[in-house]
Amino acid sequence: MRALRRRIGTRTSDLLVWLALTAGALVMIFPIYWMFATAIRPRTEIFASLVALVPHAITWDNFAAIWQRTPLLDWAGNSMFIAVIGVVVTVFANLLCGYTFAKFRFPGRDLLFFAILGALMIPIQVIIVPEFLIVAQLGLLNSPWGVILPRAAEAFGIFMVRQFMVSIPDELLEAARLDGAGEFNIFLRVVLPLSRPIIAVLVIFTFMWRWNDFAWPLVVLTDHAQYTLPLGLNLLRGENNPEWGQVMALALLALLPMLAIFLAFQRHLVQGIASTGLK
Amino acid sequence: MPRDAHMLNDVAGRKSRHVWAARRRFLVPYVFISPNLALFTAFSFAPLLYAVYISFHDWSLIGDSEYLGLGNYVRLFKDKLFWQALANTGVYAAITVSASMAFGLLLAVGLNRRLPGRTVLRSLYFLPVVVAAVATGTMAAWMFNDNYGVVNAILVRLGMGRIAWLSTPQWALPSLAIATVWVRLGFNMIVYLAALQSIPSLYYEAAKIDGANAFHQFRHITLPLLMPATFLLLVLNIIYSFQVFDLIYVMTGGGPGFSTTMVVQYIYQAAFVTSEMGYASAMGIVLYVLILAFTVVQWRASRQSESVL
Repeated sequence: MRALRRRIGTRTSDLLVWLALTAGALVMIFPIYWMFATAIRPRTEIFASLVALVPHAITWDNFAAIWQRTPLLDWAGNSMFIAVIGVVVTVFANLLCGYTFAKFRFPGRDLLFFAILGALMIPIQVIIVPEFLIVAQLGLLNSPWGVILPRAAEAFGIFMVRQFMVSIPDELLEAARLDGAGEFNIFLRVVLPLSRPIIAVLVIFTFMWRWNDFAWPLVVLTDHAQYTLPLGLNLLRGENNPEWGQVMALALLALLPMLAIFLAFQRHLVQGIASTGLK
Repeated sequence: MPRDAHMLNDVAGRKSRHVWAARRRFLVPYVFISPNLALFTAFSFAPLLYAVYISFHDWSLIGDSEYLGLGNYVRLFKDKLFWQALANTGVYAAITVSASMAFGLLLAVGLNRRLPGRTVLRSLYFLPVVVAAVATGTMAAWMFNDNYGVVNAILVRLGMGRIAWLSTPQWALPSLAIATVWVRLGFNMIVYLAALQSIPSLYYEAAKIDGANAFHQFRHITLPLLMPATFLLLVLNIIYSFQVFDLIYVMTGGGPGFSTTMVVQYIYQAAFVTSEMGYASAMGIVLYVLILAFTVVQWRASRQSESVL
């Protein structure tokens, strides 16, 4: 009887918690819905004196206008190139570097690790001018490489990888060494296959950082044809009397690839973060 | 004789191979970290040193620079706007860090229960994290728009008056804080969730047998065991709040007036609007030292609390 009452008690509290969480989730998702609702409604509805929560008429005019007015494909192509190359370079370099800090002892290790953690805390605005001068010297202004290279080393990623790889058993590595495997081969064939969760986390976060990056590309890329999607979005919303329907249409289009990556990898997210020792 | 020579040769060969292998073994870690090290040196450490150098000069990016010694730092100390920006940053950080961490913990505890559709709920709460700050800022500016914004439309429908969200100093910062919490919540939730899942359920069962109620369990088991996650999140959230740029640049541009100008905005203005590279760099160095100091203090505190546990 008591057990039954307790079970009913948990049931009711579960229900209340579920209702609260669902209501909260609806509030959280509302801005994304609103982006969508603004992008697909006609101008007259957008600039109504009291906007309706649900569009009455649906139109694709805003997307058509974006297609005609902006070099959308160029922007998307630039964003994709920067994000994909950025992910490949950064994830690989971070894995190798984090593995080294986790599994090798060498003179200067702790000092170097602290230096890298120190780099994590440098606000971009602090070094943006000297960094700009260096990139200009290298002749990389208005080039995607000028965006990719300075952001390729990511302290946060190295930190996460190190935390994760500390728990890989040393015996496994020693056994491979006794078999005569080279160090790089051990990394490729023993360490990487064990690192799937952390690789998933790194791919999500790095793609997100590169795809959404704004402050640094804003300085490096000045030619409109070289713009990424966030810079293009900033251009549209910065116009006098911005066409909000078009702005939201572009924001929505820029969000789609990120959403695809997120949905593909989100199953691994909690597990991956749990395994990095971010806890 | 030739046989001995052969043997000697062999020993020498094996020895040199051994030395070579040992040397290579020694070099391996440095080779492995060299790509990152090169990138960090070129694009983080060198620019940082260069920024320190610039901060002692008066320089407008074009033309000659003039050595000022500590001039820029003295100016900064007397600059009311810098103090205002610092105060804005402090208030903004205090509000956003505490709110997004508290709500993040609440959500994590809720979503750690066995509830129908909890995976979907988790994803919905995490979703804002992946939205570009530029898109978030643009969307927030549109939603908080005085005349056509949906927030005011809802307020009017509920029988309340319109609020001039982004055009009055007293409402601009709260609007910004709301947008920031929307962005940050999911990350805090997921780190807390990961931490919660690593707490053995045995602890709770033992507490239940001892007659501890849900609140006591939370207070005496959950909270203490979440300490490492809390410290980590505190560090990351404070760094984030001190460095926030994109969102504010797009949403309020630091205004109205100076009401939402944070230190990074002020640095950006000094560097790219008024072209005072030396002054911008001096502010940057001060901000960096502040962030480092905060982190070291928190790190110390976290180590102390761990040794207490």
